[in-house]
Amino acid sequence: MHMADALISPATGGLMWAATAGLITYCSTKAKNDLDDTKVPLMGVLGAFIFAAQMINFTIPATGSSGHLGGGLILAILLGPSAAFLTMASVLTIQAFFFADGGLLALGCNIFNLGFFPCFIAYPLIYKKIVGMRPTKGRILTASLIAGVVGLQLGAFSVVLETVFSSISELPFNTFILMMLPIHLGIGIVEGLATAAVVLFVFKARPEILNAASQSRPLGNLSINHVLASLLGVAIITGGALSWFASAHPDGLEWSMAKVSGTEELENPEHGIHASLSGIQEHTAFLPDYAFKTAHGEEGDMESETAWPAVDAGTSLSGLVGGTLTLFIAALIGFSVKRRKNA
Amino acid sequence: MSHHIVEAQNLHFTYPDGTLGIKGISFRITHGESVAVVGANGAGKSTLLQHLNGYLIPSSGDLRIGDYPLTKKTINEVRRSVGMVFQDPDDQLFMPTVFDDVAFGPLNLGLPEQDVIQRVNQALETVGMMHVIKRPPYKLSGGEKRSVAIATVLAMSPDILVMDEPSSNLDPLARRRLIGLLKSFHHTKIIATHDLDMALELCERTIVIHGGQITADSATLDLFQNEQLLKESGLEAPLSMQGCPVCSKTAKGFQPPTQDHSHTH
Amino acid sequence: MAKFDSQLFDIGYMDTLAVGKTSLHTLDPRAKLVTTMVFIGTVVSFGKYDISALIPFVIFPIVLVAWGGLPTAYLIKKIMIVSPFAFFIGIFNPLIDQTVIMHMGSLHITGGWISFASILLRFALTVGAALVLISLTGFHAVCMGLEKLGVPRPFVVQLLFLYRYIFVLMDEAGRMIRARALRSFNSNGRSLKIFGSMIGHLLLRTMDRAQRIHLAMCCRGFDGHIRLIHPMAFGIREAAFVLGWSALFISMRLYNIPHILGKLVTEFVL
Repeated sequence: MHMADALISPATGGLMWAATAGLITYCSTKAKNDLDDTKVPLMGVLGAFIFAAQMINFTIPATGSSGHLGGGLILAILLGPSAAFLTMASVLTIQAFFFADGGLLALGCNIFNLGFFPCFIAYPLIYKKIVGMRPTKGRILTASLIAGVVGLQLGAFSVVLETVFSSISELPFNTFILMMLPIHLGIGIVEGLATAAVVLFVFKARPEILNAASQSRPLGNLSINHVLASLLGVAIITGGALSWFASAHPDGLEWSMAKVSGTEELENPEHGIHASLSGIQEHTAFLPDYAFKTAHGEEGDMESETAWPAVDAGTSLSGLVGGTLTLFIAALIGFSVKRRKNA
Repeated sequence: MSHHIVEAQNLHFTYPDGTLGIKGISFRITHGESVAVVGANGAGKSTLLQHLNGYLIPSSGDLRIGDYPLTKKTINEVRRSVGMVFQDPDDQLFMPTVFDDVAFGPLNLGLPEQDVIQRVNQALETVGMMHVIKRPPYKLSGGEKRSVAIATVLAMSPDILVMDEPSSNLDPLARRRLIGLLKSFHHTKIIATHDLDMALELCERTIVIHGGQITADSATLDLFQNEQLLKESGLEAPLSMQGCPVCSKTAKGFQPPTQDHSHTH
Repeated sequence: MAKFDSQLFDIGYMDTLAVGKTSLHTLDPRAKLVTTMVFIGTVVSFGKYDISALIPFVIFPIVLVAWGGLPTAYLIKKIMIVSPFAFFIGIFNPLIDQTVIMHMGSLHITGGWISFASILLRFALTVGAALVLISLTGFHAVCMGLEKLGVPRPFVVQLLFLYRYIFVLMDEAGRMIRARALRSFNSNGRSLKIFGSMIGHLLLRTMDRAQRIHLAMCCRGFDGHIRLIHPMAFGIREAAFVLGWSALFISMRLYNIPHILGKLVTEFVL
């Protein structure tokens, strides 16, 4: 479910980066003020544990295919929301750097999709509410399953929104959502089962670990609403700034709206508002406003219509020749640099 | 230099879950002594060691490290004077590079950067590990890890070195190098180990722990010759003192640590 | 299993590459980080039907790979293997967008194929740039750079800790998997129950390890704050690197070089 740089627009990427950066800063401040300094190494090794745990798979009952632990939910159960979010963010950062899972710009999206939902939504609002202060086997199983499914559904939903807002992929919202949600229902059940299996083991072997986690880690005096509100503010500002910046370099394809309305100067700020509006949309409403969606889709269509002439037959030949030539020149430069280095 | 003493008086410790750790341990180790702490698994060695750096606070009894009785208030002073080398170097080397790891302690002491760098270099030179200074710990061999772990402790310039199984998981050559290194230190040393041959070479005195209590505390060589005592404590005599496996004779005129034993006897 | 062995190898290998001594390796990590981000930002800002204008951007990874003496084949292979997601989503473009926009003889090329190709090209460029960054810098130095660029200390420490213990824990998990494989026949050793107890054991051991590490940290004066010495110098060299590349990226963003070049050639020939 990793988003990739190739599928997102700078505005979406920047927006999600801003949201994630805000969350990381908030969680880091909380970690810094946490008097329990045993968490410093604990978070570190638990992050590594997620990597290791993903190596170990199991046969999914009745299917024969195999699944493994995703991580966000179990981390939240063991560490509480904010420490778990930081840990999940670090896991995804390493994946982005070393395994090229996603990419650096999409990292903001990925941390948000796979970290925020399990840690700040599924765990506190679902898992904790169901398990409560007196965990039983049945409650743990139910809570893990529901929280696992909800966390992944929200994440998948967010992937769809990010992709559609970026409009690099042609997939229409409806098709994409109908594709992603059922797939992630399956993944969510697997995640819930795997999490429950581990939690039940710990519950039997060393219940004090779970008690300590659920008692001493409330969300803190900084309420999450507060955080979300300031996140939104940051997102609007960054979104606006980014799209203003992007439109400061108008290009026939991307900001074709400029042509339609005539003057660039008039269009730019409006585009900024539009981009940040879509940001608000993404953050506040989990059910998208369809009117807004179609407006967005129309803009995409207009974009593509005006885009066609840019790649007509005449220019495409010169494009092909020029592209090949450019590649050749780039390779040549590379070789000569290498030559010079080795000489 | 009489302040490098370690003195325990009737130490008791019970774990929160009710498991008995140690019951009534008393000893006094003076400056420059090198003492081995031996005992079977679960005898209470690790529990005792964890008291020496204040990680565990005794349920009853007194512990004096240097000039300080061990209490919550003096814990920082105690930790500064006791250097603890852990059994698994992976637990001890937690920073991204060898340099960062050795610098971790001195930086926490609040030393200026220049002094920190000097201490790091000095500590790594002492253990002969200057060449790995920039490497991440996961790229070191077992022996290198152990040496660097010792350097991290030396950089704190402790008065007392406490080591948990320093020779475990080392190949024979690395073990030999380690023994040579430890011999060159003039610190007060307390070494918990199953490697009785190393104890014989490094420590003139040995404390045997069994069931959370001290069952013997005397000169190493005398103690290891007492087969009855060793057996009762779940131990056996070091290999170098056992019969030759080929001809089952014991070397005459046994002289630790290097004995002339060839098959001409 | 084999996949994770190779993952572990990859991490170790890229860290080995980062020990190089070229002038690119010694450049302040911040300069490389910022330049890479500018690069990625510029690449993704192109419209979805742009291919030719993106091509000149290969110059950045190519020059860096050549200059830093990185193994080209290895990096290309790595880019090829990763992220099925981009491919999976991208492949829908040719299916959905079937407007023919280009004719090459009898071959009709639809907008969907163009945008799909553009996605793949972007993907190769952005992923390639990230891999080159880490191979030239090393994760540790990247983290130090991030901290100096304002990323909160607790998060940087978290990254460093995680990175340090990946090797230790993946090793441990690898041993457990081997033990399970040796004693399970027909796959009945991979039930959810056994999975739970394996992961559970690994988790408990991990938590014990965290406790021992904490003890080791306390023994060396840990007070909740991690201190690091990392002299970094952002000098003229770094400034030139950042500004030079950024200027190139922006001009490549504004002028479609292959287009201009192609026009020149075709006009000259025809």
